[in-house]
Amino acid sequence: MTDHHSDIDPVSGRSTTGHEWDGIKELNTPLPRWWVITFYLTIVWAIGYWIVYPAWPLISSNTTGLFGYSTRADVAVELANLEKIRGAKMVALGAASLADIEKDPALLALARAKGKTVFGDNCAPCHGSGGAGAKGYPNLNDDDWLWGGSLDQIMQTIQFGARSGHAKTHEGQMLAFGKDGVLKPDEIVTAANYVRALSGLPTRKGYDAAKGEKIFAENCVACHGDGGKGNPEMGAPNLTDKIWLYGSDEATLIETISQGRAGVMPAWEGRLDPATIKAMAVYVHSLGGGK
Amino acid sequence: MNRPVNPKDLPLDDDNGPLYVAQKKVYPQSISGTFRRIKWGLMAFCLGVYYFLPFVRWNRGLGAPSQAVLIDLPNSRFYFFFIELWPQEVYYFTGLLIVAAVALFLMNSVGGRIWCGYLCPQTVWTDLFYAVERLIEGDRRERMKKDKSSDPMKLERISEIVLKHSIWLLIGWWTGGAWVLYFNDAPTLVKELVTFQAPMIAYIWIGILTATTYVLAGFMREQVCTYMCPWPRIQAALTDEWALNVTYRYDRGEKRTSVKKAAELRALGEQVGDCVDCYQCVAVCPTGIDIRNGPQLECIQCGLCIDACDNVMTKIGRPKRLIGYDNDVNIQRRQEGKAPVYRIVRARTVAYSAIIAAVGGIMFYTLATRSLLDVNVLHDRNPVAVRLSDGSIRNAYTVRLLNKSGYDRVIAIDANGPVNATIHVIGIDSVTPDRPMIVVPRDSTSELRLLVTAPAEGNPEKSIPVRFHVTDIGLGEVASATDNFVAP
Repeated sequence: MTDHHSDIDPVSGRSTTGHEWDGIKELNTPLPRWWVITFYLTIVWAIGYWIVYPAWPLISSNTTGLFGYSTRADVAVELANLEKIRGAKMVALGAASLADIEKDPALLALARAKGKTVFGDNCAPCHGSGGAGAKGYPNLNDDDWLWGGSLDQIMQTIQFGARSGHAKTHEGQMLAFGKDGVLKPDEIVTAANYVRALSGLPTRKGYDAAKGEKIFAENCVACHGDGGKGNPEMGAPNLTDKIWLYGSDEATLIETISQGRAGVMPAWEGRLDPATIKAMAVYVHSLGGGK
Repeated sequence: MNRPVNPKDLPLDDDNGPLYVAQKKVYPQSISGTFRRIKWGLMAFCLGVYYFLPFVRWNRGLGAPSQAVLIDLPNSRFYFFFIELWPQEVYYFTGLLIVAAVALFLMNSVGGRIWCGYLCPQTVWTDLFYAVERLIEGDRRERMKKDKSSDPMKLERISEIVLKHSIWLLIGWWTGGAWVLYFNDAPTLVKELVTFQAPMIAYIWIGILTATTYVLAGFMREQVCTYMCPWPRIQAALTDEWALNVTYRYDRGEKRTSVKKAAELRALGEQVGDCVDCYQCVAVCPTGIDIRNGPQLECIQCGLCIDACDNVMTKIGRPKRLIGYDNDVNIQRRQEGKAPVYRIVRARTVAYSAIIAAVGGIMFYTLATRSLLDVNVLHDRNPVAVRLSDGSIRNAYTVRLLNKSGYDRVIAIDANGPVNATIHVIGIDSVTPDRPMIVVPRDSTSELRLLVTAPAEGNPEKSIPVRFHVTDIGLGEVASATDNFVAP
C-alpha cells in the first residue's frame, strides 16, 4: 500500500485511494453499511452451502451435504417422469395399427421422433444416420425394397431380420455360381453382361445375348423372375432398375455371380419392444420410399 | 458547489476514511406545488396502469385468451391488445428495448433525469411508501422526533408502527399480486388465488415481489438510486452542457443571507443573493441532499426542491425559480449580463428523436404488415438426394407451416423449380394429386415431411432452386420459401 495520507483530491476535498488512471484519481468513498453486511452474509450463506450441499472433495468421493442433493438423482427423477409421460403415448402407439399411425398427425410425429432416435442407436451403423445406406447396406430412402416396402413388410423385416437365424427370418440368398462350379468363368461374364443389358447398361464387345438369355433362364429366373424383375418373397432384387446394392459395373457383377451374396439384417424382435419396432417401421416407411 | 480545496488547508494526517458508513435516514417533508402535482398525477397513472391493466379485456375470438396484455409462457405467446407475438418474433422486443433506451437518452438530453424523478418504479413506490409513512406518523419533524425519542414506546406509537408496516406489506402484496396476473387470465387467477387453488409458483412470485417492494421502497429507498442503479453513472456520461437539470441558480442565490439582513442590505443598495438559507430544499428532498451543492449523483431530479423554494420565494416576495430546470451555460450567461438560451432542438435531441421514429416506424410497419401465414423449409441433409429405381431424383424436406391467425386454415402446397416435379407429403393422401392440402389449426404450426420427385431427364443441373408456395385456399393468402433441389 502506498502512503496516501495526504493524498487529497483538490476539487472535492476528499481523500483518494491513491489509484490513478491518466491523471484521474479514485475518490475513497466509504461503502454503505448494508452493503458490507450483505457481503458478510454471503460468506455465511456460502458456509451454509458447504454444509447442506455437496461441496468438499475427499480422496475417493466428496462431502454429500445434509440435503443429500445430487444432480444425478435429479436426472434420474426427470428421466423417470419423462418415461411416465412417454409410457402413455407409447401405449397408444402400440395399440394403433400401422396404417392408422401414418394417418394420425400426432401419432405420426411421435413415431417419427421415436423411430429416429432408435434408428440412430441401432440401425445407423449399417444404414447410415439418415438411412442412406452403403454398398451392401440398402438405402432406405429409395423405392427399391428387397423384402417389400409396405408398412407391414418393413415391420416384418425389422422384427425378424434377413438371414438372421431367427425362426421367422427372411431366407434366400444369392448363390455362388462360380465358387460352387455351377457356371464356368466365361458363362459368368456373359451372365453379367446380360444383367447389365436388362437395365439398359452397355455390354462388352462380342457379348452373345442369346447365350446370356439361356444362362439367365436356366440359373437366375427361379429367384429373379422372368425378365429379372425380382421377387420380394426371396429377397431377390429387381435387376431391371437403376438401383444396385453392390454395384452395376461388370467386375462387381462377376464377383456377385461367382461368390454369391448373403448380407445379414439382424432380427430386432426381443431386443426392441413391439411399440418401438412399430415406430421404427413407420419412421423407415416415412423416409420417402415406403409403398 | 464544491469549492476547490487547497490540500495545504487540510490536516496532513487525514486518514483513509472509514470503510463503511451507515445509511442516513431521510425524512422528506410534505410539500405542495407544480412538480408535486405532476408527481401525484404520474404516480396515479403508473400505478393505475400497473395494477389494473391485467383486468382489461380484448376480444380475440373463441378459444383465444381475452386478456388485453398477457404473457402466456406455457403456450409461448405474448398478447398486447391487437398484437400477438410468437417466440421467433422476439426481435420486436429488441426494437422495444432500443426505443426505450433511446427515449431515456432523449429525456436525459432534454430535461435530465426525468425517468428517475417521475417514472422509475423505485421512485413511484418509494413516494407512495413515504406518503403512507407521513399519513400515519406525521410530517418530517414529528417523524424525526419520534425516531429520536428514547422514551419507552407507548401503545399508540407501537400501533402506528404496526399499521405503517401492515399497509406497506399490503401494497407490496398487491404489487406482487398484479405481477402474476400478467402471466395468466386475471379474473380466473384471482378466483384461484383467494380460494387457494392457484399454482404454487403464483404464490411464490407474489411472495418474492411483496418482499422486494417492501424492502426496496420501505427501507432501501434512495440507496437503490445511489448505490445499485447504473443509470446515474450512465446519465452523467451522456449529458451535455445544454441539458436542463434541476439546478440551484447560484448566480441569483449567492450570497446567502437571512430575510431580515437581505432587506437591510437591499435598502442600502447592496448586492444580495435571494437564498435565505431556509433549508426547505433540503427538508423536502427524498434523497436527503442539498441541491445548492450543484449537480450530484444522488439527485434524482424530482423537482420537489423547486416547489419548496418557490413557496419560500413567494412568501418573501422574491421571484420564483431560484431552483429550476436550468444549466451552467445559462448561469454563466446571466452572470455576464446576457439573456439565457434554451436549446431543446440540437444535434443529439434530433438524432435521438430520429432513431426513435425510425425504429418505432419499422416496428409499426412490420407489425401492420405482419404475415399470419408463414412457411419454413429445411432440406434433408442425409441423404441430400435419393435415386429411385426408375432413375428419377427425390429430395426430402422438413416443411413447417405457421398459422398465426385465430382460425383454422386449409393450406395447399406447390413446389416450383424442377421440370415435371411431383410432390408428396408423408401421411397425407391428398384428393388433389401433386398439390397436397393440409389443415393447420388456428394459432399453431404443422411440421410435415415433404418429398419432391422429378425425372432425371429435363433436370440435368446439379442443383435447381425450388420455390415452395403455400396458399390458404379459403382466403388466398400466400407465403413462400426457397430451397434447392439437388441431384445425387
